[in-house]
Amino acid sequence: MLADKDRIFTNLYGYQDFALKAAQKRGDWDKTSALMKIGQDAIIEEVKASGLRGRGGAGFPTGMKWSFMPKAPTPERPNFLVINADESEPGSCKDREIIRHDPHKLIEGALIAGFAMRARAAYIYIRGEYIFEAKVLEQAVAEAYSAGLLGKNAAKSGYDFDVFVHRGAGAYICGEETAMIESLEGKKGQPRLKPPFPAGAGLYGCPTTVNNVESIAVVPTILRRGAAWFKSFGRENNHGTKLFQISGHVEKPCVVEEEMGIPFRELIEKHCGGIRGGWDNLLAVIPGGSSVPLVPAAMMMDVPMDFDGCKEVGSGLGTAAVIVMDKSTDIVRAISRLSYFYKHESCGQCTPCREGTGWMWRVMEKMRTGNAEIGDIDTLYDVTKQVEGHTICALGDAAAWPIQGLIKHFRPEMERRIHEAKGDNMLEAAE
Amino acid sequence: MAGAVHIPDEAETRAKWGGFTFSPAYKAKADVFIGRYPAGRQQSAVMALLDLAQRQVGDETQTQGWLPVPVIEYVASYLGMPYMRTYEVATFYTMYNLAPVGRFHVQICGTTPCMLRGSDDIIAACKNRGLVKGGTTPDGLFTLNEVECMGNCASAPMVQINDDNYEDLDYDSMTAILSDLAEGKQPKVGTQLPGRHTVEPFGGATTLQAMVDKNHDYRGDW
Repeated sequence: MLADKDRIFTNLYGYQDFALKAAQKRGDWDKTSALMKIGQDAIIEEVKASGLRGRGGAGFPTGMKWSFMPKAPTPERPNFLVINADESEPGSCKDREIIRHDPHKLIEGALIAGFAMRARAAYIYIRGEYIFEAKVLEQAVAEAYSAGLLGKNAAKSGYDFDVFVHRGAGAYICGEETAMIESLEGKKGQPRLKPPFPAGAGLYGCPTTVNNVESIAVVPTILRRGAAWFKSFGRENNHGTKLFQISGHVEKPCVVEEEMGIPFRELIEKHCGGIRGGWDNLLAVIPGGSSVPLVPAAMMMDVPMDFDGCKEVGSGLGTAAVIVMDKSTDIVRAISRLSYFYKHESCGQCTPCREGTGWMWRVMEKMRTGNAEIGDIDTLYDVTKQVEGHTICALGDAAAWPIQGLIKHFRPEMERRIHEAKGDNMLEAAE
Repeated sequence: MAGAVHIPDEAETRAKWGGFTFSPAYKAKADVFIGRYPAGRQQSAVMALLDLAQRQVGDETQTQGWLPVPVIEYVASYLGMPYMRTYEVATFYTMYNLAPVGRFHVQICGTTPCMLRGSDDIIAACKNRGLVKGGTTPDGLFTLNEVECMGNCASAPMVQINDDNYEDLDYDSMTAILSDLAEGKQPKVGTQLPGRHTVEPFGGATTLQAMVDKNHDYRGDW
């Protein structure tokens, strides 16, 4: 188990004050200008060397992403850092804890990351429903300005940098980076076609990098303790510590920082008090938030919780939002409810997603009650394949994958319901 | 995106809200938000201003607030935006109410992580108290809606009522919260599990115990 001294988010549970003075006692904002003195390219190299991969779900190497930003921005066309705090993926609830309990880690990270990518300012886009969290963040940013840590000559580094909070208003799609940029510009949040990529033309047409809250908030500690320290955790290509969020049918759901690659069973045993009703009662797990396919119990037990480990069982680490389902779960309903989520959150821009998400949800509801034909399962699978990969952003894929996972692993259950609804007792007779 | 709402009669709405302007306090806040964006990019503040306008309407009607068309027009002209661009934003995002709501807007999360932890019971508690999904109680006190994941999954099931989250709910605690609100009392915000602080494992954190009682600095152990 990760030692407490190696945990980055030491006030994760908010037992102590979030405010500047208390945060400084825990080590935040300690000689920030010295960290920045090594220079912009050296910071990027250090983050690259740490092996940090984006914590928002896709797992793209953070240092490499920063290196795409222009090295000599002009005042007319400045660089921008946008921090994605639009945490809306069902199962994800980690950025909320960073923001409400350890906001200065994020703000200090914003300054360092913004400096490294030569940005003029950072916009923190926080989801509208995080009302209390936004208040805390606003307060923390105001404190940082008063203490001279932001603004002109931020933290006495000689660099001018602003951090602004922007509240969303209830739209999952704004977590997609180009939709977030549209929303920041005061429009409805519909994703843009790429290219151009945000690093070329993003917010207000200027070079922009969009990073997840956790990716930015870990940066100051990585620089303080060195890339080698961060890299010492986890397997090759999957380094560092990570906030895991465990929800559903465990004895004690929680958010906890652990080493990347911790085996699933160990994560649940150590921090969550086990599966409700014991390990034999485990049915399936969605290891990375609603967008990734579910994994049946037998395959999940010993999976190392990292990007490659989850990929090997046909799923993904995503945001490390682990949704656990025991045998009392109506698995078809659980996935159908996710289909409803995607139907509700589709922005309506691309036809396959706008029409497909509604269609998939309606068929999933038929599957739930068994009011369907056996052939409908294949038709449903076929439709998910027609949505997947045919939309501007990944919401179409995210709507398709949970259903594909269900059909792959629980087809017999879907068929059973259809037979049962028809009053067909052939299966019983055969037994 | 959300289900169709019944938008009130336009003439009536215009008579009531046609003269809407920001109060000095809300205007001051609005100008702070506008100042966060580069010159000429004031449209970026439209989301913040619509939220402020809804809150001012809420103050004036003793509800969570909503956005009558003349109020949306006011925000558009305040920012020098075409009305349609502003209306587009107001209809795209779910937190803008396009029709009046009650004193308390009860928004139950029904997405899978909350569903697995018993959000059906929370919805039942509301129903048994006379709340109807998509409607407002006759006394104007409660509007009920089921919403999508609110990001409180490790303390599910949860409900957001106006600006406050209530987490780790069950049938009884939800019923108690509704009773308190109806009686004008402020229920405890956050987790409803006795002894739980926030999102640590119930019964005591498995990590970072030194933080529970004092602001521990772990740097000495590095």
